[in-house]
Amino acid sequence: MNYDIIVVGAGHAGCEAAHISAFMGHKTLLLTSNIANLADMPCNPSIGGSAKGIIVREIDALGGLMGKVADRSHFQIKMLNNSKGPAVRSLRAQADKRIYPQVMRKYLDETPNLELRQGMVEDLIIENAKVCGVILDDGTKINSKAVILTTGTYLNANILIGSENTPSGPHGEKRSNNLSFKLKELGFNIKRLKTGTPQRIKASSIDFSKLKPELGDDENWTFSFDNGPLYDKNDQQKCYLVYTNAKTHQIIKDNLKKSAMYGGYATGVGPRYCPSIEDKIVRFADKERHQLFLEPESLYYDEWYLQGFSTSMPRDVQEEMVHSLDGLENAIISKYAYAIEYDAIDPMQINASLETKVITNLFTAGQINGTSGYEEAAGQGLIAGINASLKLENKEPLILKRSSAYIGVLIDDLVLKGITDPYRMLTSRAEFRLLLRHDNADIRLTPLAYEKGAIAEEKYTRLKDKLTNIARLKEVLKTNHLKITPETKKFLEDNNISVPAGNYSYDILLKRPEFNMKIVERFLDLSAFNEDVKNQVEIEYKYEGYIKNALKEKEKLDKMEEKKIPGDIDYNKIKNMASEARQKLSIIRPLTIAGASRISGVNPTDISILLIYLKKEYGKK
Amino acid sequence: MEDTICAIATSLGVGAISIIRISGPQAIEIVNSIFSRDIRAMASHTIKYGHIVSENEQIDEVLLMLMKAPKTYTKEDIIEINCHGGLNTTNKVLELLLKNGCRLAEPGEFTKRAYLNGRINLLEAEAVGELIKAKSDSKRKLSLNQLGGNLTKKIVNIRDMLLSLMANIEVNIDYPEYTDNLVITKNLLKNKLTPIEQELKSLVKGAKYGRIVNNGLKVAIVGKPNVGKSSILNHLLDEEKAIVTDIAGTTRDIIEGTISLNGIEVTLIDTAGIHETDDVVESLGVQKSKESISNADVVLLVLDGAKPIDEEDASLLNTVPKDKTIIFVNKNDSLIEQQIATDLPIVFGNTKELNGLDELKNKLIEYFDINNINKDLTYLSNARQTDLINKASTALRDGLKNLDDGIPVDMIESNLKSCFDYLGQIIGDTYDEAVIDRLFQDFCVGK
Repeated sequence: MNYDIIVVGAGHAGCEAAHISAFMGHKTLLLTSNIANLADMPCNPSIGGSAKGIIVREIDALGGLMGKVADRSHFQIKMLNNSKGPAVRSLRAQADKRIYPQVMRKYLDETPNLELRQGMVEDLIIENAKVCGVILDDGTKINSKAVILTTGTYLNANILIGSENTPSGPHGEKRSNNLSFKLKELGFNIKRLKTGTPQRIKASSIDFSKLKPELGDDENWTFSFDNGPLYDKNDQQKCYLVYTNAKTHQIIKDNLKKSAMYGGYATGVGPRYCPSIEDKIVRFADKERHQLFLEPESLYYDEWYLQGFSTSMPRDVQEEMVHSLDGLENAIISKYAYAIEYDAIDPMQINASLETKVITNLFTAGQINGTSGYEEAAGQGLIAGINASLKLENKEPLILKRSSAYIGVLIDDLVLKGITDPYRMLTSRAEFRLLLRHDNADIRLTPLAYEKGAIAEEKYTRLKDKLTNIARLKEVLKTNHLKITPETKKFLEDNNISVPAGNYSYDILLKRPEFNMKIVERFLDLSAFNEDVKNQVEIEYKYEGYIKNALKEKEKLDKMEEKKIPGDIDYNKIKNMASEARQKLSIIRPLTIAGASRISGVNPTDISILLIYLKKEYGKK
Repeated sequence: MEDTICAIATSLGVGAISIIRISGPQAIEIVNSIFSRDIRAMASHTIKYGHIVSENEQIDEVLLMLMKAPKTYTKEDIIEINCHGGLNTTNKVLELLLKNGCRLAEPGEFTKRAYLNGRINLLEAEAVGELIKAKSDSKRKLSLNQLGGNLTKKIVNIRDMLLSLMANIEVNIDYPEYTDNLVITKNLLKNKLTPIEQELKSLVKGAKYGRIVNNGLKVAIVGKPNVGKSSILNHLLDEEKAIVTDIAGTTRDIIEGTISLNGIEVTLIDTAGIHETDDVVESLGVQKSKESISNADVVLLVLDGAKPIDEEDASLLNTVPKDKTIIFVNKNDSLIEQQIATDLPIVFGNTKELNGLDELKNKLIEYFDINNINKDLTYLSNARQTDLINKASTALRDGLKNLDDGIPVDMIESNLKSCFDYLGQIIGDTYDEAVIDRLFQDFCVGK
């Protein structure tokens, strides 16, 4: 059996990696230990969220599937931070855990060049530090030119409930016993990480009358740039808000020693942004209550997800804890909360292309690289798939800059800074978030994907049309003026808008705080332009100053990113460089001067010395 | 090398002329914006006379040397400004350049550019490596020592307040569903930022005082021979330092002494009289007097009140710098009636009866606002720190202004972040995940 690319693991990273590899024309095999768990959502029943929703848009703009699948499988969607600035708006959908994998499966089945197969990978075929295929647990050898590992939490996984410690993948699935040992033998530094998931509750046992409902938006949204809304906004499923109380807190305090974390039964490092409820109670002892959310997992089975209540307490304590909550007095727990420990590699051992530095043609994506979250995984899977394909085509990899995508920020952080706990994307990680918006992901990324052959011609054509329309609308706004007549004056005054001192063009007026496109449309016919285009132009005018500053900073950084560091550089030969900087640079081997300057412990002096060395050894650019 | 860099190229405090060197792609554009004449069409490798101006105020009279790329030391456009106004004025010019888009050069950076742009050879370049390392180490130590505990504490406090606000804004963005968390609204932000802006303003003001506290003040006493300059010095110093005689031209060397005015060190410099002379020794003294004037923070021009203003007095009145001169009319015990045509501050007195000397001291205190200098504080003192504190203050002011213009809170946060980062550079703290750490420390969020 021979393939171009084998993808190991069919989670969110694996599905994207396999789909794009096959789309780009490479014979691809997607291997999973259990086909029934393809595109599984083992934790929260939602796609998107702050910053993560923008990643989904980026995935869509780059030719990935997550946005399209989410659009076809959610039962509630809202735009987060809609009242805040345009830079932080982001979609979150409650995705149906049963439908999402079905839709994903359909997309994969329809992808030519892609084969899906069940099998547990326990070893890699390596020749001269180059990967040539995989070996399954039954000894079957499958050859390929490149391998993408997207093993999620399956490497050497243990599930922790109280003092119980069971070797197992998520929800009782078979784990991979040997692969992480093989990786260690090959020279990877293995890290032990931990994450957790809360209880699932039987809907029929919840008293919803005591809970506050949370609704979807009254406006239609889509993740994908390629399709319109596929749902009825008036037929969205509710979620509910729950609070912990004094009784809950007392139960947790009384039983603290029984939890896996506080009892000392766990060794992995858990994510900061996903604290267990016992962590919250201990660290924020003065808080009277904590917010929890009840979210349906699916419309096709009777199970709700209790967000915010993840714990590693034993089952009997969990019963007590859940029953102390309003509305959940008689709740039936269908699945107990658990913590899961798993192996990951040190992301400083991978390149920004997501190819490992240790083994040629071996790529990694998702939780194996130390991240957390479906969206973070999918974004990496997509990039790993594109770059494995490009590698086989002898082409330059697609490396997204920090200034052009959240996915770029994510990978840059991983490979240059490494991780201490599982990495989650946050808006504050993106210094250029004003440029990395929900609304412009296609403008930022679709041309790059087109250039690399990762998207279809028609998608690129749609983008070009949009850009043409944006330019046309700008021209219309620039060349038309609001004439101050008694009528227009009255309209403005009636709406508490200060009347301009003269006849200004609309592009100027839009910069005023109280003007917006809706008001412009009272005076000017803009029916030829769709909401997307109008929104884009309005944002550009309204926040021009901030956007200009960000662009200036971006330009500076981009220039530094152009200064490449040769791959064969020997840092030990550089005189005068501080030893900490030398060590870090030798391990991380950044691709550009800009990357080098972002490594902690490498200071400007070291960069100066590095520049001088490069000039000396590698001559004129 | 996209930045344009600048630095004072001559050693500080030595020599009457200081040279500021500017190198980089925007050198001409930036200098043009602060120079009294248009230099955009100026020929390469030529010199132009003119003034450095800021908001219509003349800062210094300078000679400007323009060398266009590539035939320069760094192979970039270089401008050298020859400043004549003494240390304070040179610093002012430097600050003005920083304000208009230059960045302060790092140690060895001009040479580094010379190498990177292919101007100097390998051997020289290796020496530069050593130099950069040595200089930046000593610079790091120096700047750490320069900041006193109080000032560091102030900056740390401001940063802490900003950090709390940013973490709170971020938690509102990243966890909008957690409605129990305080939401930072426009008004709340404005209320929190206004006192911080005041605090930063006082630090900016303090940066000016910082130089006075660190370096003290220099007062040059000038005047015709035998008008009583040395007597004034002696009485202020309370000691017979200068030889006082009735013979004109007794003081041939510069004589200095230091007094403390409300805790500020004031160095008084008695100069030889400025007048035409054939005496070689005396003419050297005259030359030195002129230098003292340009280096001084304030010039004390002494006139003889018993005699009519003559041509020599009048020419002195014309040549002393208008922006830093106080006139002392001596011998008011036998004052003759006459008009002294000047707008400069005047004190009358005489050294025989010790009349008017306290008033003179008060004038100096008033002139430098010495009473408002809080001596318990260590002020920001060097140009780098002054530049950073100015930028921090501007960033916050922009934030407040934009808040009024309806810009959303999450964008204003970028102004807070700039302010936070500039302040961090002053105290050498540039950890970049501070906001995220604080977010998870202060707020209880997550599944």
